[in-house]
This record gives sequence, structure tokens and C-alpha cells, in this order.
Amino acid sequence: MIQFRNVAKTFRRARVLDGIDLSIGTGERVALIGSNGAGKTTLIRCLLGEYVHEGEVSIGGRDPRQYRTEVLGTVGFVPQLPPPLKMPVGQLIDFSAALCGTDPRRIHDIARRLGLDIASILTRQFVRLSGGMKQKLLIAIALGREARVLVMDEPAANLDPEARKIFFDLLAERLDDATMIISSHRLDEVSALVNRVVEMDMGKVVLDDKVADAVSMTAMLACRIVLRRFEPAFAKALEGWSVKPVDAESLAWAGHIAGPDRLRFLGLISRYTALVAELSLSEDAHV
Amino acid sequence: MKQLWLTARLDIVESLRARWFQIYTLVFGGIVALLFAFGLTESRVLGFIGLSRLLVTYIQLTMAILPIFVLITTVRSVAGDREAGVFEYLLSLPVGLGAWFWGKILGRYIVVFAPVFLAMLGAVIWASIVDIDVPWRMFGYYTALLATMAACFLGIGMLISAVARSTDMAQGAAFLVWLALLLFLDLILLGVMIQGKVAPEVAVTLALANPLQVFRTAALALFDPQLIVLGPSAFVILDLFGATGYKIFALAYPATLGLVSATLGYLIFRRGDLP
Repeated sequence: MIQFRNVAKTFRRARVLDGIDLSIGTGERVALIGSNGAGKTTLIRCLLGEYVHEGEVSIGGRDPRQYRTEVLGTVGFVPQLPPPLKMPVGQLIDFSAALCGTDPRRIHDIARRLGLDIASILTRQFVRLSGGMKQKLLIAIALGREARVLVMDEPAANLDPEARKIFFDLLAERLDDATMIISSHRLDEVSALVNRVVEMDMGKVVLDDKVADAVSMTAMLACRIVLRRFEPAFAKALEGWSVKPVDAESLAWAGHIAGPDRLRFLGLISRYTALVAELSLSEDAHV
Repeated sequence: MKQLWLTARLDIVESLRARWFQIYTLVFGGIVALLFAFGLTESRVLGFIGLSRLLVTYIQLTMAILPIFVLITTVRSVAGDREAGVFEYLLSLPVGLGAWFWGKILGRYIVVFAPVFLAMLGAVIWASIVDIDVPWRMFGYYTALLATMAACFLGIGMLISAVARSTDMAQGAAFLVWLALLLFLDLILLGVMIQGKVAPEVAVTLALANPLQVFRTAALALFDPQLIVLGPSAFVILDLFGATGYKIFALAYPATLGLVSATLGYLIFRRGDLP
């Protein structure tokens, strides 16, 4: 589906991509990880036909630069930083839908599923939305069409746990027919979403490995935590994940965590390890 | 064609919400309002009276303001959009590069031309209401001149935006271009050059190549071709071309210059990195 053959990119004298060879098949979900300056964004821009480069890039056998309209019509892209567009949300949706040949209502539906009150923001300037709202809208535009390739740069970074859960569900609906490239600084942010990890450093691929993940994207994990003592900051963090107290002293807490989010959740818990007397995550719950 | 119009509409909507457009509209609308308020239509200067006097003053002021305004706002918004990541996102959508670039030019042209034309149209409508004679021939030619002026500097602005990789560089280049054109106006550097025994052919060629000088000569000379008003090289030019010949040249040359600049800008844009 996607081929990079000896792709190199140089800005002035800095070689940002250095002979990338990568082949990504249909249905593969690739985590593109690496530190700042590793070359992830440059690689994505080459894939989208936005940069001229050495070597060859193709999607479905076609050069995205030469066959822009045909190739990009099959690609959904979510950038890391939302563009500062002054146009109203409704116009952005209509513009994208018209170019991609999709029905704007499809984008509205996905935005609503992600928790956006789309009717109330249609006339609002895109740039005036909150970070999370912008992210949800860009995800809705990327998923609200027949995209066979999804390229997402830190797509869930600004989403709350509830919206993340719905986002995972939306991706799960596309598992069979779409190839995904998800870029992130940290593997734990995206590990549950992918079945392959490509790590970049200094413009080269330094790791290319398969990931075996037994937890499906739609799975829910029942969570139970018992604290040694009550701590307001930890309680607030748990409530952000919809984990609620189940006893009068607020020492025992319970709730449900989205399967793909478990590493992220455990990352939160690790910051309060000294407070945790008991912790369980069990896969038997489907909500 | 659909992609081109979609892009043009997008640029129009973005521009209408930008602060530069509000200031731009206010400036040209304000000029016409002030010219009426100060009773310019009642005074006679250099043979002009009534609305002719107002239109001549308006086009002179427009010539001073429009080029720098169009150059700076075009390079600021195009190079600024590129820097801010707008190009990265919008050009990830399936839009052809030709449709994108020319659609942007079309949208911006409408936004740049409409306020200057509507301000002049407003003056004509008001003159008709208060029973001042409207010089229709002059109004028609000035409209064509304004349309050409907008196209010329928009084309140059898009070329600078395509070449410059940052907003600062683009703004600096736009300002330098405007300054160079301003310096080679008939009454400034060309007058000095002629006094300094530079061959008249060189001075006339420079004046003919400078779109600002071409507009200035066309706007003024056709109605009162006096040496004292025009400057030395403009007088020679008009003598060589004749009034009608120069009228045509003053529209054709800047329009061609704008189109060639825009085409060059497009070729550079298409060949290089987009965001």
C-alpha cells in the first residue's frame, strides 16, 4: 500500500531523512515514534506529497506529488498542531467534504460521536475553538470519508478519556480496510492502537518491529483501586478518567478504562504509587 | 474548476475576517468620504472640477496606497499561512496545486479590487444623487486602471511569497520592491538622472518598465498632459505613444507583468516544498 524507497530529504545542509526504506501493507497500523527532530513529520510530509525529496514514495503504486488529487483523495490526515484557520467550522467541513467527495453530514455524525455539539459551533471560527474541539473536528474530517490511509500526528493528545475511547472505537471500525500511520513522541501513547512500531532517529529507521497485542481496541477494562489515604489531586485525576469513589471515605475507587488506554492510565497511577494499596484491571467487562 | 472556485471562496472568507481587510476597506471608503467632506468636488485645480477632480485625487492616493498594501498583505498572509501550518493541513486535502495557487489569486483579487472599486462606485452614485456631472469615460478608464493595478501587484506579491521561505523575508522583499519602484518615479530618481546627463532613452525605458510610473502617467497625462505635472520622461513617453497608444499600454503592460510574475510564482511554488 505504502512504499518508501531510499527516501532522503535535506534542508540546506541538514540531512533530515537519510535513505528511508519502508513498506507498509494494507491493514497495518504503524506507530511512528522518535524524539523531536527524528524526521517523523518530514517523512509524513513526503508521504503527503508536500515535500520534494530524493528517492520514491508511493501510495497504492502512485506518486502522491504527481497524482495529488487521486492519491490524497484516499488519505485522511490529522496534524499535530491544528492550523489557525479563521473560517467558520461549517465552511471548513463543507470545503473538505467537497474536495474529498463526501457528505458533510458524515463528518457531522463523527464529530457528534466524539462529543462535539456540532450545531452550536458551525458558525464559530475554527481558530477560536479549544484545543480538544479542534482535534475532534480534524479527526472527524479525516474519518468522515472513504480514506484507505490514515495519517495521524499525535491524534489523541488533546482528547479527554471519554473522547479517546470513542476515537479508539472509530479506528476499530476501520481496521479491516485502512492502513494507519500514527506518529508520536512516546510509544505508550499509541502502543495499543498499532500492530507495528517504526522508530526513527536522526533521519533513519532504527527499529522496525511487530507488536502482538491481545487487547482489542474496543475492549473495556474494569478498574478497582484502593488508596492508603485520600489525596485530593489523585482523586481529581481519577475523576477525569470517570473512575468514582465507591465508599464513604473515598478510599476505594472503581470505573472502566478503554483497553487501548491502559498504559496511559497506568502511567497516571505510577505517579501516585505510594498511595495505592490495591490495584486491579480485569478484561472481563464489556460496556 | 470546482477546486479552483472552492479555494477562491475559502480565501475570500479568510480575508473578510482578517483585520488587514477591515483596515483596507476603511482606508479606501474613508478616502472617498473625506474627499467629499472637504468639498473637493467644488474646487478647481489643474483644469479638473466636479467629480473629475475627485476621481483624479482618488486615483493618485490609491496609487500611493494600494501597491504597498497589496504587496505587504499578500506576502504576510501567504507566507504567514505557510509558517503557521495552514498549508500543511489544507494541502493534505485532494486539491490540485494549480487550482490551489490560482484559486488563491482569484479570491484575493476579488477581495483586493472590490473595496477600491466600490469606493469609487459609491462616489459616482453619490454624485448622481446630488446632481454632479459624472465623467463616465474617465470612470471607465480608472476602473480598468485600478483592476490592472490590483492584478499587477497581486502577481508580484504572489511571486515574492513563492520565493521567500519566511514571513519576515517576504515582507522585507515586498517593501524593497515597492521602494525601488517608488524611487524610480519620474519626479524622483529619473528627474535626477536626466539632470545628471543620463541618456534619455535609459530614463524613458526605466519609466516604461516601472508599473507605478505607468499608472501615474496614465492617470494624469491623458487628461492634462503638461510637462510640469508629468515629469520629463513621462512627457517624452506620451509624445512617442500618443494618448490612445499609451492608454492601451498602461493597461496591457502592468497586467502582463502581474500575470508573468504570478505564473513564475506558480512554477516556483509547484517545484518546491509546499509547507
